[in-house]
Amino acid sequence: MTRDLDLTALDDALTRLTSDDSVLRLSQHEAEQRSGYQADSNRMILNMGPQHPSTHGVLRLVLELEGEIIKRSKPVIGYLHTGMEKTGEELTYVQGATNVTRMDYAAPLFNELAFSLTTEKLLGIEAPERAQWIRMLMCEMNRLSSHLLFMATNGMDLGAVSMMLYGWREREEVLRFFESVTGLRMNHNYIRPGGVAADLPDGWRDDIRRILDPLPERLDEFDTLMTGQPIWRERLQGTGVITAEEALALGATGPILRSTGYAWDLRRDMPYLRYDQVEFDVVVGSYGDSFDRYAIRLGEIHESIRIIRQILDQMPLGDYRIQDKKVTPPPRGRIDESMEALIHHFKIFTEGFKVPAGEAYVAVESPRGELGCYIVSDGGPKPYRMHVRGPSFVNLQTLPHLMRDSLIADTVAIVSSVDPIMGEVDR
Amino acid sequence: MTAESSQEEIDAPETESVPQELLHGAPVVGEGTDRTLFAGREGILDLVRALRADGFYQCIDLCAVDYLTHPCRPALPAGIEPERFEVVVHLINHSDRTRIRIRVQVPAEDATMPTLFPVHPTVEAMEREAFDLMGIHFVGHPDMSRILMPDDWNGHPLRKDYEVGRIPVQFKSVPGAR
Repeated sequence: MTRDLDLTALDDALTRLTSDDSVLRLSQHEAEQRSGYQADSNRMILNMGPQHPSTHGVLRLVLELEGEIIKRSKPVIGYLHTGMEKTGEELTYVQGATNVTRMDYAAPLFNELAFSLTTEKLLGIEAPERAQWIRMLMCEMNRLSSHLLFMATNGMDLGAVSMMLYGWREREEVLRFFESVTGLRMNHNYIRPGGVAADLPDGWRDDIRRILDPLPERLDEFDTLMTGQPIWRERLQGTGVITAEEALALGATGPILRSTGYAWDLRRDMPYLRYDQVEFDVVVGSYGDSFDRYAIRLGEIHESIRIIRQILDQMPLGDYRIQDKKVTPPPRGRIDESMEALIHHFKIFTEGFKVPAGEAYVAVESPRGELGCYIVSDGGPKPYRMHVRGPSFVNLQTLPHLMRDSLIADTVAIVSSVDPIMGEVDR
Repeated sequence: MTAESSQEEIDAPETESVPQELLHGAPVVGEGTDRTLFAGREGILDLVRALRADGFYQCIDLCAVDYLTHPCRPALPAGIEPERFEVVVHLINHSDRTRIRIRVQVPAEDATMPTLFPVHPTVEAMEREAFDLMGIHFVGHPDMSRILMPDDWNGHPLRKDYEVGRIPVQFKSVPGAR
């Protein structure tokens, strides 16, 4: 159960967040001009990034320091902005998944899922049972690879270089499986409106077992390597602390919110796909610090393995995409023998399908939190407006509050514990 | 078929005469996760504050939509004048697991709206995004500046009259060819 919240505690957090000056609200120009020592306040303004190896891409931080203590800060973003929401208005619903998949490039399948579910909601259709389970399987595998990537980068940011190698190695195994299913290691365009692009290949169960079987043992190794290490604990425990009330007011979701002890996971609380038919636990922390956020992700890898094992047993037979010729293309074999199938195929890939006018918002639990997609349709084959609520974009706002009064040496550890993916932040 | 259609004919006038369902004085439409509130700009802060007291503690999303080329959007409830811009806010109630959407009408000639920052500090980045890409000014926002585009960019790219490829690529400190 979610913890009962006290409105007065929430109001206190709100007053604190709206009145305190954790956020350094300087424009880009001012930040560049005033960079360096400030004689009037005895503080120093430091621009960190965007080209910095530990900023997970192109994040720039403007920090105001008093000695070695961070007083105020501001994440400056937009260096990876490519106008994907505008591009989304120019692509048909058939092409749309290729665009959104590039947002959160560490968890591309979740973007496709949110986009496809929203489109399906507007169309008033539901993907067949097998497609739902395939989507769930692929998404949990993706959560696995995304969290392993976090373990690798978080390890690297804190100087545990061997963890980086181990994390990338395990992730590579998962990506190899993705390649055998979707044809690509990343940016799959696999989950599409109406179902998935292709059925799982022969022997997929064996492939997954080959990945999953050695994992728990290796995760225990990581656990010994990291959790059991005094330096690791020293650097993470008690740094970057946030309370549940603050996290809620700042719109934080995913591991950041759960690290405060607040159990909120869309998979359990507002189930989509078939998450109500599998058993898993929501991992929560208790201190809301960087260590809890690391431990939660480690725990979530275990839970994902548990979910995937249940999917292996429960995967139903049937269609992998809806048999509606107006939404999904006919099977390749039909095109040679049926003029009608050829026409449908041609229509779908040239002008796409029309979606009834209306609006819909569907959210899924991505490895970073609530990933939502809001589409407004005007009845045409392209979205009139496509907006993606990226969890990294919103979670990044917690940074100034996490870093306030912490040492500059902890900056990298705290940024790493938020696990932002800049492709999704800037879209 | 005929029975159904005649049933609809009987029902239709009745639903119109039924008074609009209201929540904190704003008309509500839709069910489940599509529950939508329609609101004007005035009093939006009080509405959001009242919803927060009802348990909608977290603001999930805020974005803007430009209805310039889609003016005949699905009918709005009586008393709500369609405007060019709409600011769409998604709130979530964790205790009874419900969502609500607020659609705020913002006219083109005065694209401003009070900020929701005092109630939901999370909208700071979202409102900056809506300002940057759609040109809606949030009055009272602590830092109303561009967030994704460069500070010296002209125009608001997500507006429907800002067409793809119409405006030459803007590079900093590089003199234009013309």
